[in-house]
Amino acid sequence: MGTWLDETLTWGNALIFFLWGVILLAIVLGFVTYAIYFERKVIGWMQLRIGPNRVGPLGLLQTVADILKLLIKEDTIPRKADRMLFILAPALAYVPAFAVLAVIPYTQDLYFADINVGLLYYVALSGISTIAIVIGGWSSNNKYALLGGMRSAAQMISYEVPLVISVVGVVMMTGSLNLRIIGEQQGNWFWEWNFLPQIIGFVVFIIAAVSELNRTPFDLPEAESELVAGYHVEYSGFRFAFFMLTEYVYVYAIAALTTVLFLGGWHAPAPFLDFVPGIIWFLLKFSCIVFFLFWLRATMPRIRVDQLMGFGWKVLLPLAILNVFITALYLELFIKG
Amino acid sequence: MIRTEELLLNVGPQHPSTHGVFRIIVKLDGEVITEAIPVMGYLHRGTEKLAEDLNFTQIIPYTDRMDYVSAMTNNYVLCHAVETMMGLEIPERAEFMRLIVMELQRVASHLVWWGTYLLDIGAMSPFLYAFRDREMIIDFFNELCGARLTYNYMRVGGVKWDAPEGWLDKVRDFVPYMEKKLDEYNNLVSGNEIFLARIKGIGQYDAQTAIDYGLSGANLRCTGVDWDLRRAEPYSLYNRFEFDVPLGKTGDCYDRYLIRLEETRQSLRILKQALEQIPSSGEVMGKVPRVIRPPAGEVYVRIESPRGEIGCHIISKGKAEPYRLKFRRPSFVNLQILPKLLVGETMTNLITILGGIDIVVGEVDA
Repeated sequence: MGTWLDETLTWGNALIFFLWGVILLAIVLGFVTYAIYFERKVIGWMQLRIGPNRVGPLGLLQTVADILKLLIKEDTIPRKADRMLFILAPALAYVPAFAVLAVIPYTQDLYFADINVGLLYYVALSGISTIAIVIGGWSSNNKYALLGGMRSAAQMISYEVPLVISVVGVVMMTGSLNLRIIGEQQGNWFWEWNFLPQIIGFVVFIIAAVSELNRTPFDLPEAESELVAGYHVEYSGFRFAFFMLTEYVYVYAIAALTTVLFLGGWHAPAPFLDFVPGIIWFLLKFSCIVFFLFWLRATMPRIRVDQLMGFGWKVLLPLAILNVFITALYLELFIKG
Repeated sequence: MIRTEELLLNVGPQHPSTHGVFRIIVKLDGEVITEAIPVMGYLHRGTEKLAEDLNFTQIIPYTDRMDYVSAMTNNYVLCHAVETMMGLEIPERAEFMRLIVMELQRVASHLVWWGTYLLDIGAMSPFLYAFRDREMIIDFFNELCGARLTYNYMRVGGVKWDAPEGWLDKVRDFVPYMEKKLDEYNNLVSGNEIFLARIKGIGQYDAQTAIDYGLSGANLRCTGVDWDLRRAEPYSLYNRFEFDVPLGKTGDCYDRYLIRLEETRQSLRILKQALEQIPSSGEVMGKVPRVIRPPAGEVYVRIESPRGEIGCHIISKGKAEPYRLKFRRPSFVNLQILPKLLVGETMTNLITILGGIDIVVGEVDA
């Protein structure tokens, strides 16, 4: 991939880039389809149920059937909704979710965009989805949707701060915002990966990430027992599917980002395991994180909205800043000197 | 200058967490409730009025449909009232059968509450665990009387069916199983930090307020008032068994939660004793006249249902039908404190408090 990016842009190259984009889209859609299946199965097993098992062998086509159903459903727009914004919101939510995937490196050689400020790009773009959710909640002209949208805005803004600050430690250790370099610089033994020296940052990052994803225990924007469905209560058909899609694409993105930032990316946990290709290691770590996110949903109750804010600003943010401070101290005393 | 105004939000009657068709109109200032107006009656079927045209045996199935999560206790309160009026003798085995099904029902009802309450709070799994165990109790009832929810099991003077062969042994095996599961549930949920943060100190009131509002059941005992009709005014055979009445101190949702869990354990304790003492054979139906005509007069009896004090007031003119029948429904009475508790709370706490009161809309509206 890297060599392609260095060449001058011709029509042929542009076509190849376009094809790679389509391939990535297909992979992501495939991931979302089976992540939903996997989530339902995992939660089902934890809850003494079987999960989907009717459509296709082992229920493997269940999500496909669900998506098909959403596609052929009537697309309703409430009469009093703000039409333009209502239509815009799902697309606005999805585009940044997909765009952030460009900077994620899967192995040394397999990546789509090698940007020097890759991490910054990720954080900046993912913030746009918040706006989409607020727009979706506002334009529906529904009180529950509005409450959900406002909650979501408050939550995502207050958790983006600790999320960003928690990765500063990693950036300081690596000296780069380029995700490929961050991945590459982590050592060949698993204790040389960032998650151990950056343990505070890692924990803060995971918690803030779960909150960014609006997943249990931070699933307040769509708390079904209070707000029925939250910001997407008025959406149906494929517009609703787009919001769902966004959510799962972010699961993909966060899992991949955590792998690269903290879990050594494509490195094997020990040098003698190097014969296994890097992409396999990447996928393994990635899957573990996805599983962890789903596992939480079967385990945790939901936190309250005021507690969520307090936790974000009073606990996570100071911890993240402390982590930056400790990292700086360590670098100053032991590395530089 | 920003113009702000209160948001009028209509919660229910179609809302996932109002436990049926209950509706609350709340005025929200941001997320804080400034006023809450409960609206009831969406499930009103006029049980009490209908009863005036029915004879007493025909009324029993109607009581099933009031508190459909705890139909056995409703059966009992009506039969008990009529029996008190007529001074009927109940065979011992019948009384034991009644007590066993009532305590099983209490366990089942508290399990439903436990599961749905945690579901309200956002924890999904406990709901399914609770329903697995409740299912076993429902299977027992199914075997006993052929219905899973509306049993129509008791009759004036006894019970309709004796326990089938091996039924009591199955229940005997169930009790230790359930005790083990209760410990497991306690370990799973009761100490969870998020859960504690959600319910500790929420929906708090003191003993005097509780008495003023006429609360009963766990809603009263959470303030420390020792009032359980099974011990305060023993009916059926409750004076033969040893059990504790769990009490709270602070009167918040967490105390109510702990009390209900402990009550389940105490019910199992009663069950264990009852299953040992039940006579191995005997009549299950007393000597009852063919047409049940209570003598003219009035009677009010009350028993402890899983939700609190359920009472039955019958005015009879000596006919086969009651002249007037009135049920004191604990869900309805307990709900009265809701508007007071909600003021100043957030939307999230609305669900926590409403769930903590433990209402069954069938009983609220009757």
